[in-house]
Amino acid sequence: MEFLRPSDWDEAVAAKAAHPDAVPIAGGTDVMVDLNFDRSRPGALLDLTRVTALTDWGTDGDLLRIGAGVTYRRLIDELAGRVPGLAMASRTVGSPQIRNRGTVGGNLGSASPAGDAHPALLAAGALVELASVRGTRRVPVTDFFVGPKRSVRTPDELIAAYLVPADPGVEQFAKVGTRNAMVIAVCSFALSLDATTRTVGTGIGSAGPTPLRATEAADFLAAELPWESLGPVPAAVAARFGELVGAAARPIDDVRGRADYRRHALAVLARRTLGWAWADLGGAA
Amino acid sequence: MTTVVKEPTAVAGGVGTSPQRPDGVLKVSGEFAYSSDLWADEMLWGATVRSPHPSAELRGIDITGALAVPGVYAVLTAADVPGARHYGLEVVDQPVLAVDEVRYEGEPVAIVAADHPETARRAAARVKVEYAVRAPVTDAEDALTRGDLVRHVPIRRFATAGDAALTADVVVTGDYEVGMQDQAFLGPESGLAVPAEDGGVDLFVATQWLHVDQRQVAACLGLPPEKVRLSLAGVGGAFGAREDLSMQVHACLLALHTGRPVKMVYGREESFFGHVHRHPARLSYEHGASRDGKLLYVKARILLDGGAYTSSTPAVVANAATLGVGPYDVPTVVIDAYGVYTNNPPCGAMRGFGAVQACFAYESQMDKLAAALGLDPVELRRRNAMTTGSVMPTGQLVDGPAPVADLLARVRDRPLPAPATGDPRERPGGVANTTRGEGVVRGVGYAIGIKNVCFSEGFDDYSTARVRLSVVGGEPAVLVHTAAAEVGQGLVTVQAQIARTELGVAMVSVATADTSVGSAGSSSASRQTYMTGGAVRAACQAVRATVLARLGRATDPDRLGSAEALSLVDGKVVASDGSVVASLVDLLGDDVVEETVEWRHKPTRPLDPATGQGDAHVQYAFAAHRAVVDVDTELGLVRVVEIATAQDVGKAVNPQAVVGQIQGGTAQGLGLAVMEEIQVVDGVVRNPSFTDYLIPTILDMPPMAVDVLELGDPDAPYGLRGVGEPPTISSTPAVVAAIRAATGLALPRVPVRPDHIVFP
Ligand SMILES: Cc1cc2nc3c(=O)[nH]c(=O)nc-3n(C[C@H](O)[C@H](O)[C@H](O)COP(=O)(O)OP(=O)(O)OC[C@H]3O[C@@H](n4cnc5c(N)ncnc54)[C@H](O)[C@@H]3O)c2cc1C
Repeated sequence: MEFLRPSDWDEAVAAKAAHPDAVPIAGGTDVMVDLNFDRSRPGALLDLTRVTALTDWGTDGDLLRIGAGVTYRRLIDELAGRVPGLAMASRTVGSPQIRNRGTVGGNLGSASPAGDAHPALLAAGALVELASVRGTRRVPVTDFFVGPKRSVRTPDELIAAYLVPADPGVEQFAKVGTRNAMVIAVCSFALSLDATTRTVGTGIGSAGPTPLRATEAADFLAAELPWESLGPVPAAVAARFGELVGAAARPIDDVRGRADYRRHALAVLARRTLGWAWADLGGAA
Repeated sequence: MTTVVKEPTAVAGGVGTSPQRPDGVLKVSGEFAYSSDLWADEMLWGATVRSPHPSAELRGIDITGALAVPGVYAVLTAADVPGARHYGLEVVDQPVLAVDEVRYEGEPVAIVAADHPETARRAAARVKVEYAVRAPVTDAEDALTRGDLVRHVPIRRFATAGDAALTADVVVTGDYEVGMQDQAFLGPESGLAVPAEDGGVDLFVATQWLHVDQRQVAACLGLPPEKVRLSLAGVGGAFGAREDLSMQVHACLLALHTGRPVKMVYGREESFFGHVHRHPARLSYEHGASRDGKLLYVKARILLDGGAYTSSTPAVVANAATLGVGPYDVPTVVIDAYGVYTNNPPCGAMRGFGAVQACFAYESQMDKLAAALGLDPVELRRRNAMTTGSVMPTGQLVDGPAPVADLLARVRDRPLPAPATGDPRERPGGVANTTRGEGVVRGVGYAIGIKNVCFSEGFDDYSTARVRLSVVGGEPAVLVHTAAAEVGQGLVTVQAQIARTELGVAMVSVATADTSVGSAGSSSASRQTYMTGGAVRAACQAVRATVLARLGRATDPDRLGSAEALSLVDGKVVASDGSVVASLVDLLGDDVVEETVEWRHKPTRPLDPATGQGDAHVQYAFAAHRAVVDVDTELGLVRVVEIATAQDVGKAVNPQAVVGQIQGGTAQGLGLAVMEEIQVVDGVVRNPSFTDYLIPTILDMPPMAVDVLELGDPDAPYGLRGVGEPPTISSTPAVVAAIRAATGLALPRVPVRPDHIVFP
């Protein structure tokens, strides 16, 4: 196995172009597990840990651009105020060891329907920045996932960064697992409420072949929320929102949980996160 | 609280203290050599070809593709087994490598040795096996109907002779189910077999019972036992999963075939197929009681799925039956416990061994009965609590301490934990932010269990210890040598403590366990401190007698009185008046005093096959638990808030290790209550990984309040009572009782999953 160690971003992109089969490795918390279980046997690994450009973050116009290699630990420590939903999701990832190594770039690279960063990125309306020697493109995260563990990324591309609004709305993230830490989501839900644009963002994890949005639920809620008065969210609105989120999921029965439980739990999470987000926005209970 | 006579302090670090484990620093710093770390020059790596089918006829095995892989040294099948083709703990029925058929998913079919583990694995994938797949038998009830019975243990005990009419004022019935739990030890099956010049083999392996391995391995290799020498390698946990053979015969076969050392290490997934699990069970109970809450009868049917091979199912069935009503006085008992063969994964020993399944059912029943009677659940249990002088359903008299009512009162009387503080880690769902109190209801539940300690039913249960006393570097020094397996429980510390107390010598080392000394029996049945502890003590006493006999020659017998009046303190012989008679260094000079003793507990008897009557057990142990849980009733998520426990250990030989066993055992019971299950569908395991077989993390295991009682058992060394299993038994029903209290649901099955709570 070849081990490619680019020392900067240009070298990394060039190396990927020269070796499209090379598997990028960031934190390695997915890659090393796959190698260990002999699930994949790449001809080359492309080590991205020396590429400092990947671990930067900063503003880019009215967007916040976060390098693909920023770890969950740093998202929690440095960016909890700017990407609150993603930071909440980061807190639920694995264990301290995993959060110290694992990255959102790696989560996107794996594109698992259970990846915990995805619902938060979906709710925030994030863009994924893909780069190759051919150039750079920014793909809405809603278009990024195309199937279980499959994305629009082409073999010569690397994930450079992801971008979210620099001035986020209020955000929430909640994840159901069958133990209280170190668990793959049975299902998860992310919500963002933007009072300025009066828009609602949603993201559903682990309840479909890809991470999903609950578009109908979001539209319904955006129309029904008392944005002006910030009065209490009518119980019927919250309940209907929950139902629509549950209905947007495309879950299956598997070892981690039943499909009907996932829909039910998503409805509960949707209602609850709505209550918390509304309160964060200054809304009445 | 304690009735044990205080031992004179012979030397620091003796019985009743908690000296540091000799392997403690190495384990904490990651330097301890586990069996998976073994290494030898020129060694090869073994890999196993396993059946993907739970039931199939073997039509043919083509090894040519595997043999052609460069670096492969051997590919062996059943035809290459020189001795017995089958082995087994109680019944010899499990093939070393599949013969003509496979009976469970993961059954070994062929083995490969290669110069690299990767090569071995790849070659294994090239062994072509032709299977004629059969429909597996996976339902235990079907298996029973078909007559695929391992053992039926009936218990028939009647208040009035021959009166089989079971009537009572209040009757409650219930059907319960226990899922398949895994021991989930962290160190996978592994070992190293080294061919020896005498045509034999030396096997370094992580196991629970070296001699029973030796017996089985030698038979399969067609060698006399003395040519198959076993040494214990570092064991990363056991919990029953190392009672049966895994890679032992395979590594030896490959080593003898290739003339090279062969190492085998299972991966995590393979490990789930490499050892037996806890028997899944279906249990139907009927409890009858008088209006004032006195149990009149218990009728039960217990069905245990033994899987494909016998393993220790017969003994598990006996435990479930004989302990099937719990620690209660029940005048009339009618129990039928069955173990059956299916094409599910083989089940055998796991901490709690049959008592776990029964306890979940009988304690669930006690709560149901309390509700039917309008009684407090602890009060109902106390009214029926067995005491010293009680009679078991087997007719056996409980002659030792049986503080059942007291243990219950102790956990009941503990202050309840404070309400949650708002720290997300204290909520159901933990930091995953699923609730800020919405839907959360607190519940409290109680349970108590009973467990037999040591081997039962007339088994010749003994342990052997060799103790040597000599002068090393001017100091008296003791070497303790047994074949008892240190599996993480701390036996290695305890053996040294006993030697210090008995011989008054500070410098004690414990030799690596191996088969050059007699059998110690298994590190199971909560028996090793009792049995090997008893053997070490007896060997020390023999050494002491030999040493003191030397005194007569050197000093004045009139002044010394009898040997009993002398004690060994800090390397000296001390008379009853406290005066120093001699130093061990002087007494011994260059001599070595060595004694080997075989030690037995009091004999037990078989059960009558028709009535289940008989003094089958050695000692009974009891533990009570109170669990406090917060349940998110809308999401079905559970956070155990606190567990209080009280357990009588007779004598805490090592108080820190005792608490460690209680905490670990309780965690394992909590795991069975809310998350741990091997999910098997049509004989196929769906979650053979730690990604999906979940065990409690530190955020799932709450703080514990531990109350240790020391009511000495006059029959046992130092009065001790086995500690390892009782905590695992009653913690499961206590947690479930608390969830029931919070939700009002019946919850007849463990583990309780979120959907059981949300969609009852
Ligand atoms: C014990 C354990 C617990 C876990 N718990 C969770 C959990 O709770 N939630 C969760 O979502 N995940 C969990 N994971 C999975 C994993 O930690 C996450 O998916 C993590 O985000 C992966 O990040 P990484 O940097 O380690 O990725 P790596 O393993 O380095 O890479 C993952 C994938 O992304 C690709 N990749 C990485 N960087 C780039 C890039 N810049 N451009 C293109 N492709 C790239 C790699 O080629 C690979 O395919 C867990 C893993 C383990 C081992």
